[in-house]
Amino acid sequence: MSAVQEVVTEAPVIEAVPKRAMTLGAGTSLVMLALLILVPFFVKNFIIFQLTMLLVYGLAVLALNILTGGSGQFSLGQSAFYAVGAYTSAILIENAGMNYALTLPVAGFICFLFGFLFGLPALRLSGVYLALATFALATAMPQILKLGYLEAWTGGVQGLVVTKPDPPDIVQGVLAWFHLKMSQDMWFYYFTLAITVAIYVLSLNLLRSRSGRAFMAIRDNEIAASAMGVDVALYKTLAFGVSAAITGIAGGLGAIAVQFVAPDGYTITLAISLFLGMVVGGVGWLPGSIVGSAFIIFVPNIAEGISKGLSGAVFGVILFIVIFLVPHGARQVAMVAQHLLGRLKKR
Amino acid sequence: MTLSKRRLLIAAIAVGLTSTCNALAQKKYDTGATDTEIKIGNIMPYSGPASAYGVIGKTEAAYFNKINAEGGINGRKIKFISYDDSYSPPKAVEQARKLVESDEVLLIFNPLGTPSNTAIQKYMNAKKVPQLFVATGATKWDEPKQFPWTMGWQPSYQGEARIYAKYLLKTKPDAKIAVLYQNDDFGKDYLKGLKDGLGAKSSMIIAEEGYETSEPSIDGHIVKLKASGADVFISITTPKFAAQAIKKLAEMNWTPLHILTNVSASVGGVIKPAGFENSQGILSAAYAKDGADPQWNNDPGMKKFFDFLAKYYPDANKLDGSVVYGYGAAQTMVKVLQMCGDDLTRANVMKQAASLKDFTPDTLLPGISINTSPTDFAPIKQLQMMRFKGEKWELFGDIISSE
Repeated sequence: MSAVQEVVTEAPVIEAVPKRAMTLGAGTSLVMLALLILVPFFVKNFIIFQLTMLLVYGLAVLALNILTGGSGQFSLGQSAFYAVGAYTSAILIENAGMNYALTLPVAGFICFLFGFLFGLPALRLSGVYLALATFALATAMPQILKLGYLEAWTGGVQGLVVTKPDPPDIVQGVLAWFHLKMSQDMWFYYFTLAITVAIYVLSLNLLRSRSGRAFMAIRDNEIAASAMGVDVALYKTLAFGVSAAITGIAGGLGAIAVQFVAPDGYTITLAISLFLGMVVGGVGWLPGSIVGSAFIIFVPNIAEGISKGLSGAVFGVILFIVIFLVPHGARQVAMVAQHLLGRLKKR
Repeated sequence: MTLSKRRLLIAAIAVGLTSTCNALAQKKYDTGATDTEIKIGNIMPYSGPASAYGVIGKTEAAYFNKINAEGGINGRKIKFISYDDSYSPPKAVEQARKLVESDEVLLIFNPLGTPSNTAIQKYMNAKKVPQLFVATGATKWDEPKQFPWTMGWQPSYQGEARIYAKYLLKTKPDAKIAVLYQNDDFGKDYLKGLKDGLGAKSSMIIAEEGYETSEPSIDGHIVKLKASGADVFISITTPKFAAQAIKKLAEMNWTPLHILTNVSASVGGVIKPAGFENSQGILSAAYAKDGADPQWNNDPGMKKFFDFLAKYYPDANKLDGSVVYGYGAAQTMVKVLQMCGDDLTRANVMKQAASLKDFTPDTLLPGISINTSPTDFAPIKQLQMMRFKGEKWELFGDIISSE
């Protein structure tokens, strides 16, 4: 059996998602955005913090979605990119005294390089083998962060404490006219929201562009794609790079929101959570990322509320039910809802 | 007459004033405390890699149930809200914020894990909410100047390691030491304490090997350490690996002077599984009594402890060191709240926690007591060396202060 035959007979792992189905309608998107902007005015700081984490994990899930849903490559190693981004931001803020906003592009760039370089050997692997290789990356990362040579920067096992940014004086000045004051949490929420929206729009455009079409051609059939003149190697590594860059930015934002980085925060559990978020949100459906992120943040809390001793088991049961009832995740729910709405309109 | 009337009036006002002043002084509350209730928060790894420690949280919940059943503290019931952080620092931050901002607790008591506590320390101090009696042996909780709202409980890892160093310098000054340590904050802290304790003679350590908790077996490391020709083996390990090390040493017929950290000194959890015949002569240090050790069966403190388990936490494994730990910590918490009286402000909680004098929870070794002051935020500082003989630990030597 030649390699070519193997590839051809292999069933597509990921169901093809048409481009148009990857997004929400403009109206729905605007309503969502308005909700995300308005909610913080009505809730406590603690909830705002949770919402910030929702956006941060949402970004990380989105990045995985581009990789898996877009170019058809698996990764269980997203936690490694997340960690690199988080540490880059933390080290630049605390050791180099850099402005927090400027550290994010640096984190993104370093992660892009890291992801791109990792993508090169990963080219030779596909499907489950690629998943295993990335898994190795995720298990190695916490130990690498503990290494003695890097301890001067990473703080070793003790981690690094990060200072949370205050809202800029201009914003406070404007708000002072209305006798209002913005908390650190609220400011950082809007900061994260702006970045998330920007990356979301860019990602949509990326997938609609020539590169996006190339990603999807590779996902659907590698051989056909290369026959059409797509540089398979380049686009596969590029997908890894882009995904890693976005994950890195999410990691940086996460580090600032949590105000602490430590090797224990970026274990394989995080990578699996992100993977889970992607599946629950719907593979290849970008708006689902935020639903997936909500799932991985809030469902463990619900499970804990039901039973403290068996929280893991309860979480498993909930997950099982979700996957069983809606195997395509939030995308499926959205499709059904859209369908029902369409019927209503016709009447 | 008018004069006396006026006098009377003044006297009445004075009395009235003082009584209102007294009333004000008597009852003062911060968020989380009322006439009927005190809300205490807690964060534990009920799931994830360190879930074995979840027992501590369950024991504490059971102890507070006991206090409530007996009428509470000065008539106030304790509401103990304990959340799971799966030993993940970001999750710990989320849970701490939930406790402080949403559940509005008076304080967070005994949150577990060095990474988790480091993650929430800055937040707790900025919010001025007590982060009291944290469940980690790291040295950094004793910094009242920088972090006046954070306090430890157990002896620090470094302090314990210094005791072993002192012992070796005294009894075996020509020792060649091999160290096996867990490559995380716990292991590194011990190692630092050991080197500090040996001081100029830290070259006595001729070999050190770190292992990761994800490794299935540590045999390879031990073979290497034996090859170094050392005659003292210091095992800075958590229970599972400590037992493996004891077994491996016996298998290889390597009989150095074996020193084991207090974390893994549990008879039920480590020594018994590793085999009593393999464990003779192992040295360690302790500050609490071991529930599995028959020598405490008639000890009045431990009797109270066993009664408590029978009535309020019958599922508990009394051999588990975490149960003894949770009981002692919860007892210290109750003591501080009793001392607070009706002034249940966060500032007063810290003030009382920093003025414990010779307090002895039921489960501490005889002679060891809890002392704190505004400049000393390390409640337990003493340990006693012990040697394993037969089927139990035999304490020897004086109570040693680790400072």
